[in-house]
Parts: sequence; structure tokens; C-alpha cells
Amino acid sequence: MGGYGDVQLLREDGKRLDGRALDEMRPVSIEVGVLPAAQGSAMVTHGLNVAVAAVYGPMEAHPRKIQRQDRAVIDVRYNMAPFSTSDRIRPGFNRRSQEISKVTAEALESVVLVELYPRSKIRVEIEILAAEAGTRCAGITAATAALADAGIPMRDLMIGVASGKIENIVVLDLDKAEDNYGQADLPAGILPNTGEIAFLQMDGDLSPDEFNLAMEYNFKAAREIHDIMVNALKQKQQRGEA
Amino acid sequence: MSNGHSGAEQRLVTPGEALGSSSGLRNGSGVVERNGKFFSTKFGYMKNVNSTISVVPTHSSYMPQSGDFVIGYIVEVRSNLWFLHINGPFQGLLPMSLAPWKVEFGESRKHLDIGDAVFARVQEVDESHNVVLTMKGVGLRKIAEGAVEAFPSHLIEIFLGKQNANLQKMREHTNARIIATDNGQIWFDGDVQAMRNVRDLLMQFKGCLNGSELQSMIDNALN
Repeated sequence: MGGYGDVQLLREDGKRLDGRALDEMRPVSIEVGVLPAAQGSAMVTHGLNVAVAAVYGPMEAHPRKIQRQDRAVIDVRYNMAPFSTSDRIRPGFNRRSQEISKVTAEALESVVLVELYPRSKIRVEIEILAAEAGTRCAGITAATAALADAGIPMRDLMIGVASGKIENIVVLDLDKAEDNYGQADLPAGILPNTGEIAFLQMDGDLSPDEFNLAMEYNFKAAREIHDIMVNALKQKQQRGEA
Repeated sequence: MSNGHSGAEQRLVTPGEALGSSSGLRNGSGVVERNGKFFSTKFGYMKNVNSTISVVPTHSSYMPQSGDFVIGYIVEVRSNLWFLHINGPFQGLLPMSLAPWKVEFGESRKHLDIGDAVFARVQEVDESHNVVLTMKGVGLRKIAEGAVEAFPSHLIEIFLGKQNANLQKMREHTNARIIATDNGQIWFDGDVQAMRNVRDLLMQFKGCLNGSELQSMIDNALN
């Protein structure tokens, strides 16, 4: 993410290569309750990304050394399927998946009311079935929907979104080409109801004005995805009542 | 333990959703107060009972409470106590003084070993969430026959029905002995056909998303 001067990412009409406006996100859909064996589960399709999350627990934390006497620990395992990208990914944990698992767990711990379940563990499995760009954000959104489906108490629904900079212009929701050849990427975990930020990373450089605009885009997208998530949760419930 | 969905007037809410002003009202389970307003912390149905606003989750895991009747599995044996998996966030602890037998110190494994299943009752849940179980009481025993099937614990109350009406219907329909516990475990025993009937029905019922769907499925299957 240093920028490649010879790669054109904006069309002459000012739109992006896939025809989106600067502040337009890729299509998002959410389905809740997709895995019968899990306590809660969700599938998020964000552009060409497909993320499935499953929640198990709360359960007794093992081994005992990971237990916290005053709260639950959230054990997140983020994994990209070998077939999720055009080049096969070597199966198993790697440095990137460890980092994403860790930051996702820390973000979720600030949203879930972990103090209600001392000494226990909530296991969150995130599997990326198809990857385009922004899989950590799709994973966070899927994990939140799965936690809500599992009845885990939370302060708000956390939404994963990202903005970035291409050709010195701030845009919302980078696709693969923009992610590879753009100048900056700003993924965030946003709580739309409380207006808080539970997770924030920045790759590349943004000026304060660009940062503010990128966060404005992130909040706007988070509110849109929040509405989609609420509808998905309610639809699941109504499916059962029909 | 109720699914809380008994009428169309109940509002379905999601975590973080504003539930209105808190003035003159108390917050119950699944509700927090911030700046004079109530907010939901769970996905479920909002309830107002005696000026207490609470949210009954559509789906939840078992939370042990004093007096609950449970089926537990031995996962750890010590010289003077057993640890049991009770399908909840915390393991249950059965001291040998609350076992139905006279157990000598160091001989706990002779009575209950890892993997054994028992009917027990939750004696006490203290503030640090230690769950103490007892096997002293009517019907509390080691399970030596029959089969146990897991069932969503938040749907157990619907499965039992009012004054165990649904459970009684199921017993008559399948000709099996059936016991449902608060921690979402169903024990059943009978001849081969009876066992098969119970298992088939449970498989069907387990797929329900909520209480009203389960009730209509029970009505269709057992009437």
C-alpha cells in the first residue's frame, strides 16, 4: 500500500473502475442462522467477499490458565479457506490470520458484556470462503451478527467497514485493485448506535482532513450495514413465526 | 426461562437499540441505562412487567440458577468432588458430601467416573458463579439406562408446556419415559420403537427457530 503511480483506479467520469461513486460501498447482504450446530451463526456477503461466522458458548474456559476471574475471554479464530482467492492459500494459521484473530477478539471484548460470564470463554470462528478485499471487516460484521444470533449480550452491533485513498482521493470500501494499488486503507469497527469506534487500523498515510473524510464515509456505511443486519436478524425470527 | 413471545404486540429489538426513556421504570435483564434512556443488550423481545423493562432473548445459552434440575456429565474427578459439564458457561461442582452415597476420601472414582451422566439439582450459585450441585433428592441419580439428547435450553419451557402438558402428550404418543431438564437435556427410555419415536420427534423439534414455531409443531405432531 504505497501507491503505484502508473495504475489508473479512477475513470475519466470520476467514478471508480467498477462504476461506483467515491462514497458508494459494494453490495452487502447478511443471512443469520446458517449453521444449525452453532449457538449463533451468520454469513456476510460484502462485494465478492463471503465470510461465515459461528459462535459457541459461553463455555468453561480451557485450559484454566486462560480464565479471567472477572470476565469471559473471547477466543476468535479467523481463517481464510484455501480456495478463497485465485492463488491457493496454504491451509492453517499464519501471521496474518493470527493478527486479525487478535484484533478482532480485542474489538469484540469491548462490545460484548464479558463481565457477565466470569471464567468462561466465548468461541468465535470466522471462515472466509471468498476474498476480494476487506475480509477482516466482513469477518467482524459476520461475528457480530452471529453473537447477536447466539443471544450474547452486547452494548451495540459492531460493523466492520473500510475507507481508503486512491489517486489522492478518499473513497469508501476498497475493492481488490484499489486495495492493492491504492495509497491508504482505514478499516474500522464502528458501533452505529453509540457512535463509538471499537477497532481502528491504518495502512498507508492520510492527512487529518482525509482521515476525517474517510471516517465520515465509514460511519455512513456502518449505518447502512447496521440496517441490513437488523433486518437480517428480524427476518430470521419472522421466518420461524411464518 | 420463557421465550417471552406470547403476542404480536411484543417488540423485537437488537443490541444497542434505544427502548425509550427510563423515567419511572426499572431496567431488568438484557437492558442497560445510559443518559436517562434504556438500551437493549440482547436480540429478543422487549417486555414491560411491573414497570420493569427487560429483553427476553430469542436464543440463549443455559445460565444455571439455584433449584434447576439438570443432567450433567462428569469431566473431572478429584479425591473429594466431581466437576460436571452442565451445558452452561461454568462447570458444576458436586462435592462428595452432596452425593447420595457414603464416599470415602479418595474413592470418588468408584462411584462416578469421567463420562458418567447424572441427574442433579443446582444447590447454589454464588456471586463468583461457582455452581454447586447436589444429588440428594427424589429422582436424582446416576443415569444407567436410556439415552440423552441435547435440546435448545431456551425452548425447554415450551417443550414442557403448561403444567407439563406437552411432555405428557409426548409420553403418551411415544410410549416412552421422558425427562426434560432445565439445562436443555432430554432423557428418554423405552423399547426400541419408543426410543426411535422420541428421537425422530426431537430431531424435528430441534430445528425450530422460536417458541411459537415449536408449539405449533408440537400441536401438529402430537394431536
